[in-house]
Amino acid sequence: MDYNIVWYILVGVLLIGYAILDGFDLGVGILHLRSKGDYNRRIMMNAIGPVWDGNEVWLITAGGALFAAFPNVYATAFSGFYLPFMLLLIALIFRAVSIEFRSKEENPRWRNFWDWGFSLGSIVAALLFGIAIGNVVIGFPIGSDMEYQGNFFDLLNPYSLMAGFFSLSMFALHGGIYLNMKTEGDLQKQIQGWIKVNYWIFVVFYLVFSGFTLYLKPEMIANFSFGQIELPGNKHELVENHQTLISVFAWTIVLLNILAIMNIPRMMAKGREGWAFISSGSMIAAIVMLFALGIFPNLMVSNLDPAFNLDIYNAASSGYTLKTMAILAAFGLPFVASYTIIIYWTYRGKVKLDESSY
Amino acid sequence: MTWDVETLSRIQFAFTIMFHYIFPPFSIGLGLLLVIYESLYLITKKKIYEKITRFWIKIFAANFSVGVASGIVMEFEFGTNWSTYSRFVGDIFGSPLAAEGIFAFFLESGFLAILLFGWNRVKPGMHLFATIMVALGSMLSGFWIVVANSWQQTPVAYEIVVDYGIRRAVITDFWEMVFNPSAMVRFTHVILGAWIQGAFLVLSVSAYYLIKNKYVEFAKKSFAIALGLAAIASLAQPFVGHEHAKIVNEWQPAKLAAFEGLYETQSNAPLYLIGWTDPETRETSGIAIPGMLSFLIHGDFEGEVKGLEEFPEEDWPAVNGVFQSYHLMVALGMLFIAATLLSLFLLWKKKLFTPSWSWLIKLYIPAVALPVLANQLGWVSAERGRQPWIVQGLLRTSEGVSKSISAPEVMISLILFVLVYILLFFVWLYVLDREIKHGPDHVATVEAGYKKKSERMDALKPH
Repeated sequence: MDYNIVWYILVGVLLIGYAILDGFDLGVGILHLRSKGDYNRRIMMNAIGPVWDGNEVWLITAGGALFAAFPNVYATAFSGFYLPFMLLLIALIFRAVSIEFRSKEENPRWRNFWDWGFSLGSIVAALLFGIAIGNVVIGFPIGSDMEYQGNFFDLLNPYSLMAGFFSLSMFALHGGIYLNMKTEGDLQKQIQGWIKVNYWIFVVFYLVFSGFTLYLKPEMIANFSFGQIELPGNKHELVENHQTLISVFAWTIVLLNILAIMNIPRMMAKGREGWAFISSGSMIAAIVMLFALGIFPNLMVSNLDPAFNLDIYNAASSGYTLKTMAILAAFGLPFVASYTIIIYWTYRGKVKLDESSY
Repeated sequence: MTWDVETLSRIQFAFTIMFHYIFPPFSIGLGLLLVIYESLYLITKKKIYEKITRFWIKIFAANFSVGVASGIVMEFEFGTNWSTYSRFVGDIFGSPLAAEGIFAFFLESGFLAILLFGWNRVKPGMHLFATIMVALGSMLSGFWIVVANSWQQTPVAYEIVVDYGIRRAVITDFWEMVFNPSAMVRFTHVILGAWIQGAFLVLSVSAYYLIKNKYVEFAKKSFAIALGLAAIASLAQPFVGHEHAKIVNEWQPAKLAAFEGLYETQSNAPLYLIGWTDPETRETSGIAIPGMLSFLIHGDFEGEVKGLEEFPEEDWPAVNGVFQSYHLMVALGMLFIAATLLSLFLLWKKKLFTPSWSWLIKLYIPAVALPVLANQLGWVSAERGRQPWIVQGLLRTSEGVSKSISAPEVMISLILFVLVYILLFFVWLYVLDREIKHGPDHVATVEAGYKKKSERMDALKPH
């Protein structure tokens, strides 16, 4: 195991943290306009009020980590994705300031404007994250100079759009399940109704998306196919040497993923709000892990020639930097975990509005 | 000027970073003042300090959120517009950025939740601890980003390698890179500038209340403490600036020469108080103290200072632009010293809040714009003075730009940023104005704003 793999895992951990934590913030935003009445909307917004900012830091830190550990991916992806990325930034800006500004004025038109900013920002961001992941799976036109050679419309292919709707449905479900923990009374009943519908929408997208992925890109499961499927390009020696172990591990995650998805309606029916949330969080973690296992050791796949793939070696910083930064991260991450636990513990339980609420 | 990817990307970067940099200095300066106010509350248990702390937390919050929102852009703009630069420096520049995320942003954003919403939820000691952590986090964030920028100015502890056909700089010693020659002095300079800016915001709002004769006790106490911080920081700034200039002279002599419009290498080099310089004719005119630049750099009026003639013209920054922004920054710094010392003296003589000095208090209301301007001008001098290099001596700005983006794409994103940021700026001003007019006695009640019963569903009725 070298430090390139350590950083592949660390960036993965940051993205899983982001997807689970900011995932429910995005989900709350996606659902926001469906709640009627100012009071309900305030409850929903304040359900994420103290935590959304910290959750977004997972994305910012993942960006910094990508820059430090795999600068060629940082450079190729963000310059190649230029306009969608700018749209994502604007969406995230609107989401952030809408939360802060909404409660500053009682005028309904003012509040309605920021409600729309919050919700559209969240919807656009959730769609774009999925589109980005979809493109990573089917590959980009990356040349021998590591530069993106396609255009904006290449990114909007049908498979990636479907990935966008998949992530939208996943975050909408996850956000609903989070809100179920934070609300009471009629609003909670309303949210439980949304969860029922969103659950089946998600399941349909999950099945269709998985089916299309296996049909279009069977190599996504090559790393854990017990050696049955060959990748275009070489497998990492770690995978070659431990085919059975990695395959068993990955299929266990697949199984856990399916169990987590099936567990959601069970826990909802029993009224176990926390366990329903843990199930949907595990479901997201499993999906990101399977995606990471599928593309390993690549970070960006070239659809021109597998030799142009950006992987954890040709995209990486020097061994010295990877090692130094891994030590710093190992020192820092326990602190990050402790702040996160303190904050979520402080704001546990149902939302109560007070004079400092949004 | 051609509207190519490089020009448009430079305009966009300048616009987004300058907009962003309105906010972090307020957060850093106000953060420290919150620590002082809240500590006074815990020590004296006086209600007035609670009121002061809670009011400035509201102002802090509105400012912080725009800072965060505009800061996300900065984290990714190196990759979007400057991807060739990102490949070149990723090993080095990316590391402090990642460290900023791990050590500063998580600390800051985590404890911000308690700072903003925790007043009724945690014990007072825990709340103060959270305030200290937020203030510390904002300064640590400043530290790491200044480290990254300083390496671009004074690159050390690196070697140039070519991997997979890509030329890049890699770290040879991490801590030597972090504490590169200009890092600490520039960090100190930036933090002092932020303290001045944060303090002037408090001075401005407090002055407004004093002139309106509202919340007088609140305003006087807020004012006096902020004035102390502003005076200390303003007084310290020239000494730090002086140390900084010596390092610029050593590592970026072309930048220093541009600061002073110095074309010929000379001993007895003058220091301009005000002036105009024309790189075409290589002449600088204005009011100058002969020999002062030599004295400041070398402690000797006969010390030799390098002029721009030592460097090929294609390596010159925009001389007059850099000269003007630098001199205006210095002039503003001097003004801050004069104003804060005079005010402090009057405060000591118990005359500051008397009617005969109300004109001075009145001037503090608009004066908050000046430290914002000074901080912006300082960065403009530092960054334009480094041109045409994106990494001093190693990579030109023109070589750093992304290869896979087109000018129309950058034009679209630039227009979007301009529109969104103008909207944000005015909304921010409006929200601040509302908070200030509401004043420290205003408490938002949960029921306020529900005119119709139907707007308040029974979501939270206890069952």
